Amino acid sequence: MARGTSSVGSDAAAAVKPEAVEVAVKGNCWTGLIPVAIGILIALVLHFALPAPQRSYNTQILQIIGIVIVLAVSLNIVNGMTGQFSIGHAGFMAVGGYTAASITYYGSMLLWGSTTKHGGFLGSGDWLFLGSCLAGGLVAAIAGYVVGLPSLRLRGDYLAIVTLGFGEIIRVVLQQTGPLIEDVKALQSVGLKQLVPPPLGGSLGFSGIPKYTNLFWVYSILTITLVVAYRLKSSSAGRSMISVREDEIAAQAMGVNIARQKVTAFVVAAFFAGVAGGLFAHSTGTVSPKDSGFQQSFDYVIMTVLGGRGSISGVTLAAIFLTVLPELLRDFEQYRLIVYALLLIIMMLVRPQGLLGIHEVWEMFNRRRRKAEVSGSDVSPAEVGP
Amino acid sequence: MSDFAQTLITAIAIGSLYALIALGYTMVYGILKFINFAHSDIVVLGAWGSYSLSVRVLPALGYGLKEVPPVWVAMTILLLAMIFCGAIGFTIERLAYRPLRRAPRLNVLITAIGVSLLLQNVGQLSFVFGASPQDMPPLLSDRALATFSFGEGESARQLVIGMVDVVIFATATSLMLIMQYLVFHTKLGVAMRAVSFNTDTAALMGIPVDRVVSFTFVLGSMLAAAAGFLIVMKYPSISQPAHTIWVLLGLKAFVAAVIGGIGNVRGAVLGGFVIAFVEQFGAFYVSSNYRDVYVFTLLILILLVKPSGLLGSTLREKV
Repeated sequence: MARGTSSVGSDAAAAVKPEAVEVAVKGNCWTGLIPVAIGILIALVLHFALPAPQRSYNTQILQIIGIVIVLAVSLNIVNGMTGQFSIGHAGFMAVGGYTAASITYYGSMLLWGSTTKHGGFLGSGDWLFLGSCLAGGLVAAIAGYVVGLPSLRLRGDYLAIVTLGFGEIIRVVLQQTGPLIEDVKALQSVGLKQLVPPPLGGSLGFSGIPKYTNLFWVYSILTITLVVAYRLKSSSAGRSMISVREDEIAAQAMGVNIARQKVTAFVVAAFFAGVAGGLFAHSTGTVSPKDSGFQQSFDYVIMTVLGGRGSISGVTLAAIFLTVLPELLRDFEQYRLIVYALLLIIMMLVRPQGLLGIHEVWEMFNRRRRKAEVSGSDVSPAEVGP
Repeated sequence: MSDFAQTLITAIAIGSLYALIALGYTMVYGILKFINFAHSDIVVLGAWGSYSLSVRVLPALGYGLKEVPPVWVAMTILLLAMIFCGAIGFTIERLAYRPLRRAPRLNVLITAIGVSLLLQNVGQLSFVFGASPQDMPPLLSDRALATFSFGEGESARQLVIGMVDVVIFATATSLMLIMQYLVFHTKLGVAMRAVSFNTDTAALMGIPVDRVVSFTFVLGSMLAAAAGFLIVMKYPSISQPAHTIWVLLGLKAFVAAVIGGIGNVRGAVLGGFVIAFVEQFGAFYVSSNYRDVYVFTLLILILLVKPSGLLGSTLREKV
């Protein structure tokens, strides 16, 4: 895992424009690993300092916040940086969640004879879980590739409909899956016939997934997501994505391969959504088809819009805010979506680029960038890239 | 054979509903070039508005909620629902969309999603429509207008043409004919087509663009209200306003508009029937579980093969 990130980090560091990112350029390629190490350290501290999730409401909320940030930040790669409009993100999450859940559920049944949690912290069960999340991410990335392809021909709202349709197709297909196999003996004697349709729980949902997710895994993966997203944003690939967002024709004229950037954005975003889906499945212990509907996707869309399309820290803040807010306002549950809807509309009328625009929190204090923003353009010339 | 004919009748009735809703999508898209995501919620308003009107008006007029009132009551309720939704459509355009007339299309799309969420969840409030499904009192008697018998003995089947199906088809068709007349044979229709062709030039030619856009929204919303009313005539149990079923209905109608060629009024009607046929026949002959999948697969196929739709014309993008 650490290896994978190191290579992403160094690639991005090599391609980065010198004036934009101060951290990445200095030092050798190992410097890029410092944020990852700090993040994992924080995750470890969180994991051991707070009580286990089964007993604590706060720990549960912290897990959900972490997972939601992963989803919102990854959606931001497509919606914010590349300027495509995907409202099927929950579909990718469901694909990853179901893949990961079936691997740990049936895998631990075959390996250890039961679906309960196996092994302690970083024990064999944990590694199976990690592998299943990565597999979920990979399957979701393949789905992202398939969905990304029409984006080469479709623009804006058509693409929105296709991604929406994708989420709905996933939901309907998941509803038609067969009942779970709950018995080890039944699993060992299972024939090919029982695997069509695959036993994923049907419309009742996939339940009884071992709850491997803990704060350590959530915040480690969150760290990696944030670092990859930030490196991507400041890499030449990310700059090409932003140029696609700003003006496709101009970007193409400048030699940016539009098709490639769009599909890359979809694949990366879908991968992290799939991993987040795996985390979510092993956090609550159940996934159900309705989790992949567009109403779920809207939540993440609202976060990217609110936080600033392209701003990683802005979207992170929005994700935290919009996850904590409903918890505080439990009594006003029926007003939650009304408030969200009004936020969306008012945001579009008053500040369409989101609270932070494309900038990060710390850049907001930089006066020069502020001036550039006031002078009319959302993206300062230095950020558009080659 | 009778199964086929029965499916055909249902498909025609459902198809005319899709066509009505698709008209609203296509007109707004034709003029403002964005998907009015809130359109399906206007249909919901039409359906729930007819319901709340009926449960209040019927007892006041001295009719029970189980008996069928005279035809003029149903027509009045339809008309009131259309006026109500037209007013709502006008308000939405005025407050949410007009300030964004010059904004990027994506912003308008996000606003539309916001409006849609707003309408859904305001509708769910306990003092508006509530968050539980309701049963529509019967406004029309669904008696069989014609019955045909096929086959003998055990394989005997009956083909029933119901009153409601006929009313749906007749109402939808007459509304569509009125639309056709409005768009192609009146001055206002010329203005609408001019605005849709090129807003700036139309404004230079003295066409009041804002008023034309408002009128388009009112017209589309009224058609959506009619569709909502007709839907609760056919399926009297009304799902709660934020139920997925409404959004799916709206989406399918939008798919119909895209398949017919978005912005094209005749294409929307054609697309509505195509969608209904694919959905109903797929559900009957293949599997009813995947009825939504057929529609979206058809959409993706059409978009990949002929993105401009069946009757749409291709526009080249100029730098």
